[in-house]
Amino acid sequence: MAEEKKGFSHDTIERNTLLLIVLILITVSIGGLVQIVPLFTIESTIEKVEGVRPYSPLELAGQNIYIREGCYNCHSQQIRPFRDEVERYGHYSLAAESMYDHPFQWGSKRTGPDLARVGGKYSNDWQVAHLVDPRAVVPESIMPGYGWMKDRPLKYADIQDHMKTMKIVGVPYSDDQIANAKADLEAQKNPDGDTAGLAKRYPKAVVANFTGNKGVTEMDALVAYLQVLGTMVDFTKYQSPKQLQQ
Amino acid sequence: MAQKEKDALSGVETTGHEWDGLRELNNPLPKWWLYIFYVCIAWSLVYYVLYPAWPLGKTYTKGLLGYSQREELVAKLDEGKKAQEKYLTAIAAKSVDDIQKDKDLLAFAMAGGRSYFNENCAACHGAGGQGAKGFPTLADDVWLWGGSTADIYKTIQHGIRSDDPDTRGTAGSGMTAFGRDGILKPEQINQVAEYVLSLNKRSTDAAAAEKGKAVYDENCAACHGDKAQGSLAAGMDVGAPPLVQANWLYGADKATIVQTVTNGRAGMMPAWSKRLDDATIKSLAVYVHNLGGGK
Repeated sequence: MAEEKKGFSHDTIERNTLLLIVLILITVSIGGLVQIVPLFTIESTIEKVEGVRPYSPLELAGQNIYIREGCYNCHSQQIRPFRDEVERYGHYSLAAESMYDHPFQWGSKRTGPDLARVGGKYSNDWQVAHLVDPRAVVPESIMPGYGWMKDRPLKYADIQDHMKTMKIVGVPYSDDQIANAKADLEAQKNPDGDTAGLAKRYPKAVVANFTGNKGVTEMDALVAYLQVLGTMVDFTKYQSPKQLQQ
Repeated sequence: MAQKEKDALSGVETTGHEWDGLRELNNPLPKWWLYIFYVCIAWSLVYYVLYPAWPLGKTYTKGLLGYSQREELVAKLDEGKKAQEKYLTAIAAKSVDDIQKDKDLLAFAMAGGRSYFNENCAACHGAGGQGAKGFPTLADDVWLWGGSTADIYKTIQHGIRSDDPDTRGTAGSGMTAFGRDGILKPEQINQVAEYVLSLNKRSTDAAAAEKGKAVYDENCAACHGDKAQGSLAAGMDVGAPPLVQANWLYGADKATIVQTVTNGRAGMMPAWSKRLDDATIKSLAVYVHNLGGGK
């Protein structure tokens, strides 16, 4: 059987290891290229919109807590371009809006509502009251309470390292921003202090004593993060999908 | 070609491979499966032509149908707007009062207002506007910033102590922290708390309450009014609640009153004009006005 030689057959490949390896490499490379090559042009798939900036140090610390507590397990941060979502949550999310998120928090699990545009939707007091005891303000909520976070001091001695790490993966933190990290972090929690530097480095950052506590607590950071979500882009400037294209 | 070898038992051709006397049958793929597979390949070619498919460096093949999910969304939103156009244009053109007088518009605004309220407002003010500690009840007749349609409309548009330039109150303002900022001594705070309780006939220390009146007149009357009737009744726009009533925003017990005087209070409501369009805000004003406490 199969002793007869045809021009080219599986027999030829199966009996010639070197040829087999070469052909496997070619096949796998095609699969790889299809996935990788589009990423080289990612610059052109991210909308060029004004306003998206790296997170302020306090917001970045807040995002770390958001990830640590697994908020993404129940909350997505991605408004899809469908009428029901846009009428409920606001403008659909852009790729540009999460370009400085590492890792991104898009998600697809919505046990709780989407949070992509929760920034500014509720007052700081509400965010704190709701995190401490969700059922105090939303009786039907099944979210766990995070009251302990309100008094737990934020560890931010290493905030500069976090920012430097972000810089390595492509977030354009300037040397100025990294040098002032600690001062900016503390300034965002103190509305009575000098916040000019913070406002210059991080426009639209919400400055407030979120929890009313003296030191910076984890809840301060988390609320600062929540309050900036989805607020960076001014969508009155981008009325149609055409304006969002390159 | 050599003669094909058939398995004696099943009558199926073998592949000719043999391992320790076992031979592999060469069963073909079922025809139905194979044809569907070919149809899928053909369909994918049609899809490549009609829809966006292949990345090309800085752009991509757009497809003959010119499909775009974002454009489709715009069309769907327009379609929805068009279906409601009759009502939306009328609502945009009329004042909140006039909307309430028109039976059709009222029904439309109440239905829309209700769903927008539940999505945007209920988190703080509660479903049905029952309120929560620190978040005013909207279903009663106690209003900090006015319960008329015009007041409610303005409050929703610009918020309270918000970052909107036309906000009610001033961003960052609020009740002074008389204790924390060292303006009143603990003893005076106790006296003024007793005085406020005495206004509601709940004071347990008449002597302190009497001394508290002077503290009140000097420190509190400027916002809460000389008769503690609240800033609204006293003709001011600072949102200081009346202190002679049964409804208390943060709590009516003495401990809460002392806490309030010591640390101050500053409720804040976001401005909604950046987030919701005018017709929606008017619908919300109609809905809130009809929750039970509208003036």
